[in-house]
Amino acid sequence: MDMLLQIMLTMDMSIRLSVALLLACLAGLFSERAGVVDIGLEGKMLIAAFFAAAASFETGSAWLGILAGCAASLTFSMIHAVASITYRGNQLISGVAVNFLASGLTVVIGNAWYKKGGQTPTLSGDSRFYDITLPFADYLQNIPMPGPIYSELLSGHKAIVYIAYAAVPLAWWVLYRTRFGLRLRAVGENPASVDTAGISVVKMRYLALVIAGILCGIAGAYLSTAQAAGFGKEMTAGRGFIALAALIFAKWRPWQAMGACLLFGFLEAISNLYPNINVFGLFTIPVQFTQALPYILTVVILAGFVGKAIPPKAVGEPYVKER
Amino acid sequence: MDKMPRWADIILVPFINLVLAFFVAGLVVLAIGQNPFDMIYFMIKGALGSTSGIGFTLYYATNYMFAGLAVAIAFHARMFNIGGEGQAGIGGIGVTLVLLAVDWPHWTIALPAAIIGGAIFGAAWAAIPAYLQAKRGSHIVVTTIMFNFIAAALLGYLLNGILKSPLSQNAESLGFPPGAHLPTAHEVLAPLGIAFSKSAPLNISFLLALFCAWGLWMLLWRTRLGYEIRAFGHNEKAATYAGISAVRVTIIAMLISGALAGMLAINVVMGEQERLIAGFVEGAGFVGIAVALMGRSHPFGIVLAALLFGMLTQGGFELLWEMPAISKEMVLVIQALIILFTGALDNMVREPLERLFIRMRKAQS
Repeated sequence: MDMLLQIMLTMDMSIRLSVALLLACLAGLFSERAGVVDIGLEGKMLIAAFFAAAASFETGSAWLGILAGCAASLTFSMIHAVASITYRGNQLISGVAVNFLASGLTVVIGNAWYKKGGQTPTLSGDSRFYDITLPFADYLQNIPMPGPIYSELLSGHKAIVYIAYAAVPLAWWVLYRTRFGLRLRAVGENPASVDTAGISVVKMRYLALVIAGILCGIAGAYLSTAQAAGFGKEMTAGRGFIALAALIFAKWRPWQAMGACLLFGFLEAISNLYPNINVFGLFTIPVQFTQALPYILTVVILAGFVGKAIPPKAVGEPYVKER
Repeated sequence: MDKMPRWADIILVPFINLVLAFFVAGLVVLAIGQNPFDMIYFMIKGALGSTSGIGFTLYYATNYMFAGLAVAIAFHARMFNIGGEGQAGIGGIGVTLVLLAVDWPHWTIALPAAIIGGAIFGAAWAAIPAYLQAKRGSHIVVTTIMFNFIAAALLGYLLNGILKSPLSQNAESLGFPPGAHLPTAHEVLAPLGIAFSKSAPLNISFLLALFCAWGLWMLLWRTRLGYEIRAFGHNEKAATYAGISAVRVTIIAMLISGALAGMLAINVVMGEQERLIAGFVEGAGFVGIAVALMGRSHPFGIVLAALLFGMLTQGGFELLWEMPAISKEMVLVIQALIILFTGALDNMVREPLERLFIRMRKAQS
């Protein structure tokens, strides 16, 4: 039973750690499917995490925190949109600027407001998210196999966890079953044809970045008001880039993105719980290897040695109407 | 016919971008209730007000020159190398291995060997993404980002394992032999009767960076290879049609880029810390992007931009004492705004100016 408990603990932690990745990954999915490269996921999450923590501290409500986080992330998403859609600037450079701006502003503002070297005060009570117990979790606990899975693994998470996992089928439905989704994907593959059909490429891309901004906002709020109890300097710690890696790993598809984020969340859980894994007493897998594995896997996938990842065709290219 | 006169293109547009960036940064300072002019005064005073300040400014500028040149050569071949950070880190391993291998008698012998070590390791780290871009079509931006993280993990692993100094609790290597000590500005200038701060880490690598800038200019505008790189960057199809090999140009440009980034380690690892410390690049690889954009990928522009960013960095540290309400991360905000306005929002300034110049020309004729 001890073994089973260990597995449950690891799986539970994987789910918790995959949430921010998943939301950011879906943000990247909408943005890149519409043809806008988004390496600013990291920065958008970071600024959202800060404003979510600050707003929940000031108002005492975690839900207002999410709102503030989304507003901050949306503002950054619009900076990216103005630069890369309206002014047809380099989307990568704009993304780099967004990341830098977030790392700088969060500390400058945080230090000016709270004088704690960029940290926000610790959140408690209503300014954080509660664990939600799913119905009947207590009763089902004693049923041997499915019981613990339901009551330990699926129940007892924060609200945002369920929002994130509900966002996956929703994203799939929007992208593949609605007119909006078809147009969005078309804008990322062949903007000229969408333009010919009388649909504004600029408008579609702006809408994609609005969605991306909101999703990154929720992701950031999760980090500072649910996973942790407050904002810490650089607390996203490269998660935006892991989300980007997961997006490539999933070949820009929503269900696969969930799988990739769970896998990368699992790798993070492993490196947290079991830093150095000894394999049958033969050799030790260092913690650094487990940490680098998402990036290594992404490079392997990108290189096309295992199932080639082909990005949306028009991704990264500004659309110029008249040629 | 050009839309704008040359001076407007290379001086006026970047200048307006810079003014806009500083204007927005000033608004941020105002928003947190501080005086932006006080901040500029203390930053300039901190960066240039003493020989110690100047020494630190030029030391940081040296890093930014290497990183900026590395980004620029890739830009010329129309590639965006975000991997300078990782390439510099791996370059540090090369420098360390060379300097720990032999008990070096004198720096004049140790320096060339360390340069080769740093450059080869940095280039090797850039070679894999370059190969994957040229042969397998995987986008160089994504692979170099991934390689930054892999490099950080590798560096952490080595410095907690085989490269770790048994004498230290921290993740750092053994100190280098005394013969590998690079002359500092103080040691060079003292015999000439110039008193320069002893504490400033400015060393002979500064001259090496200037030499590299000159070398890159020679390469790009005075050699056949440089012509091929620029032609490829301007128009890939036309260049291929003219018989220039895409694979060759991609890989060579990235090798040079990685080598330049790797040489950043000479300044920090060999010149300053005299041992390998985890995370020694401290984001200089990313600042290189801003430097290359600001300097319009021209070596001379990069030297100037690196000096500006060196001043910003050192001035930012000085704020810690003079205006504690403003954190040193304000420098990051300024850098971000410079990247945003000169890099991504360039058309916002350029297009209205172009229209203005065309209208003026019409009015004249």
